[in-house]
Amino acid sequence: MTQLFGVPIQALLGQLLLGLVNGSFYAVLSLGLAVIFGLLNIINFTHGALYMLGAFIAWMGLQYLGLNYWIMLFVAPVIVGLFGIVLERLLLRRLYKLDPLYGLLLTFGLTLLIEGLFRSFYGVSGQPYSTPALLRGGVNLGFMFLPIYRAWVVVASILACLLTWFIIEKTRLGALLRAGTENPKLVEAFGVNVPLMISLTFGFGVGLAGFAGVLAAPILQVSPLMGSNLIIVVFAVVVIGGMGSILGSIVTGLGLGIIEGFTKVFWPEASSTVVFIIMVIVLLTRPAGLFGKES
Amino acid sequence: MKLRTLSVALAAAGLGFGLSAQAAGISDDVIRIGFIADMSGVYADIDGNAGADAIRMAIADMGGEINGKKIELLTADHQNKADIASARAREWFDQQHLDMLIGGTNSATALAMAAVAAEKKKPFMVVGAGSSALTNAQCTPYTVHYAYNTVALANGTGSAVVREGGKSWFYLTADYAFGHSLEQDTMKVVEKSGGKNLGAVRAPLATTDFSSFLLQAQSSGAEVLGLANAGGDFINSVKAAKEFGITNTMKLAGLLVFINDVHALGLENTTGLYLTTAWYWNQDDASRAWSKRFFEKHDRAPSFLQAGDYSAAKTYLEAVKAIGTDDGDAIMKQLKSVTVNDMFIKNGHIRKDGLMMHDMYLAQVKKPDQSKAAWDYYNIVRTLPAESVFGAESTSTCALK
Repeated sequence: MTQLFGVPIQALLGQLLLGLVNGSFYAVLSLGLAVIFGLLNIINFTHGALYMLGAFIAWMGLQYLGLNYWIMLFVAPVIVGLFGIVLERLLLRRLYKLDPLYGLLLTFGLTLLIEGLFRSFYGVSGQPYSTPALLRGGVNLGFMFLPIYRAWVVVASILACLLTWFIIEKTRLGALLRAGTENPKLVEAFGVNVPLMISLTFGFGVGLAGFAGVLAAPILQVSPLMGSNLIIVVFAVVVIGGMGSILGSIVTGLGLGIIEGFTKVFWPEASSTVVFIIMVIVLLTRPAGLFGKES
Repeated sequence: MKLRTLSVALAAAGLGFGLSAQAAGISDDVIRIGFIADMSGVYADIDGNAGADAIRMAIADMGGEINGKKIELLTADHQNKADIASARAREWFDQQHLDMLIGGTNSATALAMAAVAAEKKKPFMVVGAGSSALTNAQCTPYTVHYAYNTVALANGTGSAVVREGGKSWFYLTADYAFGHSLEQDTMKVVEKSGGKNLGAVRAPLATTDFSSFLLQAQSSGAEVLGLANAGGDFINSVKAAKEFGITNTMKLAGLLVFINDVHALGLENTTGLYLTTAWYWNQDDASRAWSKRFFEKHDRAPSFLQAGDYSAAKTYLEAVKAIGTDDGDAIMKQLKSVTVNDMFIKNGHIRKDGLMMHDMYLAQVKKPDQSKAAWDYYNIVRTLPAESVFGAESTSTCALK
């Protein structure tokens, strides 16, 4: 078996591939966060809880209504998005004029509420969610056995990210959105309903979180704790990538997943902290993030 | 308006915090039992709030009072943090006149609470935690290790799997006191039985994605993957092992498995697994009768920890009734002098090092078509006599024996 730095090449490639899968989750989640922060200046701490909500809605759809994975892949993000719009209209809207910290406080409180609610109903052992029949089984790549579902996660995440990037950077709607957040009064003067746009954007951002949740359901357990485990790392990813940068969060998410995979091979104990070490380094050298713009 | 919004937000956040039960009144004419366990984390289902309810059942079965003194239960969630557990225990002993503490899951918290109980000279009955350190290096005159420990699990499951042909082992270990104990104890048993230990990988408690750890296990080339973890961690590692085709090349050995885990994973994923258990809900009529009461309240079968909580509380209360006092030293003397016989333990006695010696059972998970009813999951393969599964008293490193 060939070795690289004293580690069998098989093990290395296996971990890299797994890192890519994790990175896809980071990418989709941090994308939602970046969209919301970049365009709306809200630090959305509910992202983790809404990711969990997406997974739970997928599970509930299967459990109570018999709706399969493929249907829930589209329905769950929509429901989460609508819920997000309700949150935005009722609660977050009142905080726009204030320091972003108020938004953080509110969304943090909401997270505790949502997670606590689910915990009291469903316990923490998690609900099993089986992989959809079409995606079961795996491919023996020689250096590892890759479950087809994990490959699908990477593909679906990259598609979602590219779609989002395209909408925001390359379409008129995206241009209106970016303009609306830079100078809402002016854009409103052109007859565009800016508050509606903002609500829809928030809904879209959290819908991405819901989408990630459905993707995660067959891999991790559908547990009320699944969001809180991930959210801190996702925030770190967004900070490293640059708070407002769409491309930054996609590239950084995938990149950090791969770096985490590397670390697991050479120094497993450090794998949970390597993201934060990189965050510290980036903040010291490029405070706006790798792809961020200095404001 | 700003301040109002902020206080509304904070109130909403405050509602979300988990609250633990508080007892009212600080009277000393009350027998107070405390129960500190993981009520909301990875171990909440195998012990947790249902374990507290089992203790309430014991209190009710004793009539709610002894010689006119009322019996009260305090409960708290330690969230798998040793500092929370010991702070709570200390507060209860000092300010609430706690008479006896029952320890739920998580060995790190149990070790911390054992130290507090010893300092306060009050009995501490460990039901949920497994680390053998509780009756070895860290034994105290006030600790009773009641339901099971990692040595028993190693002897039970470890030797059964080696006997079936699993000679080389690699371990996936929960990275804290319990996992370390279980890994070390099983390694000793495997070597003694003629097997080989090829290595171990340690995953933090409450890891959700075991894929990278499992890849390392697979590249070790071992025949057996020893899962030195429990609860949610065990469930996640089995799922991931199946997903990554590990089960095609390695045999899984679940070193601590509860009926809740089998239920969560389903029989198709756990069939054939060996496990060492202190008790099974379907083992005899008394167990079935008690389990029926539990099932009516919780809509699921009890784990052996919850049955153990009931038994520990009842045994303590009977000791109090027998000698008419709840003084710590007198109770410990009484507990170590009686033989315990109830639906949970047959012919149990507590050794000088605090270990409750009782028979354990080797069980194997049924095949899906063998299961005739809900929660009918185990075949009891054989009884493991106390002396052989816990080891002789001479092997204990406790200074008290």
